Amino acid sequence: MKRLASIGNKLAPYITAFLLLSIWEVAVRLNHLPSYILPSPLQIIKTLAGTFPLLLMHTASTLEEAMLGFILAILIAFLTAFVLDYFYWLNQAVYPLLIVSQTIPIITLAPLFLIWFGWGLLPKIIVVILVCFFPIVISLLNGLNSVDPDLINLFRSMGASRIAIFKMVKLPSALSVFFSGLKISASYSIMAAVIGEWLGAEQGLGYFMTIAQKSFRVDRVLAAVVVIALLSLLVVKAIDLAEWLVVPWKRKQEEREIN
Amino acid sequence: MAGINVCNVTKSLDRVVTLSNISLSVECHEFVVIIGPSGCGKSTLLNIVSGLIVPDHGRIEIGSEDWTGRTGRISYMQQKDLLLPSRNVMDNVCIPLLLKGIDKMRANETAQAYLKDFGLEGFENYYPRQLSGGMRQRAALLRTYLFTSDIMLMDEPFAGLDAITRRKMQLWLRELCSTYRPSVLFVTHDIDEALLLADTIYVFSPRPAQISLHIKVQPGVGSKNEELKQEIMAAMEADEDGTQL
Repeated sequence: MKRLASIGNKLAPYITAFLLLSIWEVAVRLNHLPSYILPSPLQIIKTLAGTFPLLLMHTASTLEEAMLGFILAILIAFLTAFVLDYFYWLNQAVYPLLIVSQTIPIITLAPLFLIWFGWGLLPKIIVVILVCFFPIVISLLNGLNSVDPDLINLFRSMGASRIAIFKMVKLPSALSVFFSGLKISASYSIMAAVIGEWLGAEQGLGYFMTIAQKSFRVDRVLAAVVVIALLSLLVVKAIDLAEWLVVPWKRKQEEREIN
Repeated sequence: MAGINVCNVTKSLDRVVTLSNISLSVECHEFVVIIGPSGCGKSTLLNIVSGLIVPDHGRIEIGSEDWTGRTGRISYMQQKDLLLPSRNVMDNVCIPLLLKGIDKMRANETAQAYLKDFGLEGFENYYPRQLSGGMRQRAALLRTYLFTSDIMLMDEPFAGLDAITRRKMQLWLRELCSTYRPSVLFVTHDIDEALLLADTIYVFSPRPAQISLHIKVQPGVGSKNEELKQEIMAAMEADEDGTQL
């Protein structure tokens, strides 16, 4: 009985999604809405299948921008976090600025990157880096700062250098907070690349969407949206897997709690 | 093998005198217990002895060297086990050896030899959060021991454990010390614990801490001696201005 209930719990969101899509499908058919206003879910799936090779090609270039930007953002964030953690005064000076900089909507800056960096890969990667960098660096810094000071004192009393303390104590304990920031960034990365492409590109899902929108192919726009959602989901799942591999002590602990 | 000499140590924290002219000594192989009311500055003293805090006046001698305000000679163990959740038991206890520049293979070999005596055999690959409180404290003690085997500082190491585990750990520690014979400076506010473990007891008065009593405990009779208990209790409450514990 309990098992049945837990299966039900897992299925519940799928059932809800199915119901909502059905309502959408029925509403479109009953009202005879033309597909250039709102296509039905089935039409979108048909378009998705029909334009699959084309979509795949554009997906590849979006994914390339997103992942390049994402990885660079991680590297820069690690470097920044390390430097700010090492030099306390620098942290005091920079951390508030990092927080305040979050009030700037990066997307509105994107057109400037076109002016500065042209139409190629670079401006897209910069948008991705800017969007992904902050959640990662903030979560890393918070993680590094939340280490028990007694633990650091213990290591100091054993004569550990600051680098050793960073490596052995601070970094591992920051990792679980870091991964939650990473998941947010990962899901943003695809979106950021698409937005970069909206503003001017020769390929990519964002470019595909702009072209489709200009010719009122709403079904194609929505097919791209489906792909973007799936990609984001995929990237987040990949981060989950990475966390499972990199932070084994967390999962061991959960196993014990279950037993 | 070495002992500790605390010479005329005075320390004020936030302009409140915490330790006032404390002098005590731990001889080689001696188990010295400091007992005093909560917040009397016992932990501050251990921080000074381990070199994390510099005293306003006075000196810390370890062996016959001056170690005032210098870390790296003795480590200490606290009520919190302070094991790294990211490392298993073996990797945790090896940390002091790794910090000394010993390579991982040799560090593991060294630690392996002690696992049985420290009751950790078979648990090398467990993560700290998978272990009981008593076991975590034993791992913390082994880590402390592997840093300096001749001197150990302990700050209420068993205060966070339940009564039965605490009792077991006290008896086990007594066994262990009679085997390995380190010099120990042990802080507690539990009189029974002090009498069970100590060769020598220093009783601290409430803040500012001064030594209000210095007793040599006769082996074996200590834990039964009600008179001694009363005496220690009285010394701990000495000079107390109104605040009950």
